[in-house]
Amino acid sequence: MTGDDKIHLSYQVEGGDLTRAGEASSGVKQTLRKLGIDPGTIRRVSVCMYEGEINMVIHANGGLAMVDVGLDDITITLTDFGPGIPDIDKAMQAGWSTAADSVRDLGFGAGMGLPNMKKYSDEMNIKSIVGVGTTVTMVVKIPS
Amino acid sequence: MRHSVALTLKKCRGCTTCIKSCPTEAIRVRNGKATILPNRCIDCGTCIQVCPHQAVRSLRSDVREALERFPYTIAVPDPALYAQFHNLNDVNIVLNGLLAIGFDDVYESAASAELLADAMDAWDQDHTTLKPEISPACPAVVRLICIRFPDLLGHLAPVITPVELAAILARRRAEEAGVPPEDIGVFSIVPCSSQVTSVSAPNGLHKKVLDGALAIRDVYLELLEPMRQLGSGDLLPLAGGRTGAGWAFSGGEALSRRDKRYIAVDGIVNVIKMLEEIEDGRMPDADFIELRACTKGCLGGCLNVENPYTAKMRLKDLMGNLPPSAPPSAKARQEVTDILESTEKPEFLPTFQLDPDRRKAMEKLMAIQQLEDRLPGLRCGSCGAPSCRAFAEDVVMGRASVDDCIFRVRARMQHMAGNTDADDYLPAPFRRRKETPAASDEEATS
Ligand SMILES: Nc1ncnc2c1ncn2[C@@H]1O[C@H](COP(=O)(O)OP(=O)(O)O)[C@@H](O)[C@H]1O
Ligand code: SF4
Ligand code: SF4
Ligand SMILES: [Mg+2]
Repeated sequence: MTGDDKIHLSYQVEGGDLTRAGEASSGVKQTLRKLGIDPGTIRRVSVCMYEGEINMVIHANGGLAMVDVGLDDITITLTDFGPGIPDIDKAMQAGWSTAADSVRDLGFGAGMGLPNMKKYSDEMNIKSIVGVGTTVTMVVKIPS
Repeated sequence: MRHSVALTLKKCRGCTTCIKSCPTEAIRVRNGKATILPNRCIDCGTCIQVCPHQAVRSLRSDVREALERFPYTIAVPDPALYAQFHNLNDVNIVLNGLLAIGFDDVYESAASAELLADAMDAWDQDHTTLKPEISPACPAVVRLICIRFPDLLGHLAPVITPVELAAILARRRAEEAGVPPEDIGVFSIVPCSSQVTSVSAPNGLHKKVLDGALAIRDVYLELLEPMRQLGSGDLLPLAGGRTGAGWAFSGGEALSRRDKRYIAVDGIVNVIKMLEEIEDGRMPDADFIELRACTKGCLGGCLNVENPYTAKMRLKDLMGNLPPSAPPSAKARQEVTDILESTEKPEFLPTFQLDPDRRKAMEKLMAIQQLEDRLPGLRCGSCGAPSCRAFAEDVVMGRASVDDCIFRVRARMQHMAGNTDADDYLPAPFRRRKETPAASDEEATS
């Protein structure tokens, strides 16, 4: 194995299906556990994954979650072809949410997803074009 | 890890029923017989309940032998015991029955459960357990957290079960009364294999506090006749623990805690889902989470006689006949608090790790992924593993041979025989003829 070989994992996330959200996160956790990654890092990755997954489910009608596990870090890439985010700075604010009331009634849409993804990852980058889609990339470093 | 769940090889037919129900994928069928991977088993007893041939069992308990081992024997019954009997209206009959069959003293786990609830309410005021606080009362759940949810270990309340606390207190009482320590034997009467395992491998105590565990169903048989003969006149009033008895059903522990917004989850599959949610930061807005591996709680444990639904109705009736419990004294609370202080946090057991060296673990994982891509994905169980992924891992880890997959072997034989029509007999990944799903749909409809 060479230094830049990575483990690739990918998951299709269905839009609108809140009951199945969390499956990708659960799969990633099991894989990271097999690699002996420390519990704290696994927890950070699972929060980032889950929040990203949920956003694709409720705001973007689903998407693709890809995870690349390297020796030093874990990169999570979430891509969707949803409505896009018009004002990323605003979306990043704690408590800001455009979630519909029907979603809020289910306990989602507190506007803490993106801020928490930022908090639990070491790097985060959002690329979004209105009407085209959104790609969120997060890097979580593995302590040596 | 030590275990109480074991197989009777003579009875096992290798039917693979158990391998898919095990929550930690701990069972494999090898050479026609099931085997348990010891560092993965949490002794939850699910396999005991699903085996159609009664080949999986919890270690046998011999009540007579237990009674002869020590000059002074104390019984610590789990309240699930009370719920096993027809037409019973007084818990005292069970407790006096235990004395009648030869126990010298009885200390109810229901009574220690109440002490524990009281001391934990006080504990919460001057300690910071991560919220939501997770109950440590089900040993199978604690072991599950140790191997699969290590980051949640900080949410566990001090790790001691009511039965363990009862054993410590009962032994102290006997010693205070002048019984020589070496003469005392303390035996729990338990509903499950997980509590049998806890005798020799307690989750949060640094030394053993019990001398053995007896299965409720074994004690039940011994009790039937003596209980029938007990008249109501000569009963010693031993029963306390009205709210503590409720710990035997799901939600009973949570109800005994003061001012807690709680969630009570029963059944190992539901428990895993809840722990996943907490791990993902989907923190339920609750102070306390009660988790029980068995359906309906301990009344659903694999060593009971009665089904959990009937048992719950009976236990509620029995609880209704008991006087309300008095709150524990300040002295009793202090004694229990000191015991809580002496418990240890259980440790993470990295049993799923492929290799201690991360680079090697990654290489193994890649090999597993590659092999999995070449397996049919049918989860048929014929190879003896619960899924094709688990089988791929077994092969890479040297626990199985790739030829244990009958589809791979069949594919190879057909190819060797030069049979080009073999495709018709093979699952998709082995077919030579590549067809698109759309094309085969059309074939099916034409
Ligand atoms: N993948 C996405 N596609 C479109 N909009 C998104 C996406 N992710 C987040 N947003 C927007 O950003 C807002 C804030 O997101 P977040 O912090 O996760 O809060 P919440 O999901 O609770 O609304 C959302 O309400 C939504 O308007
Ligand atoms: S007791 Fe539970 S964990 Fe152990 S082998 Fe049986 S089902 Fe699996
Ligand atoms: S729920 Fe109760 S009976 Fe079942 S394993 Fe846990 S402690 Fe034992
Ligand atoms: Mg969100």
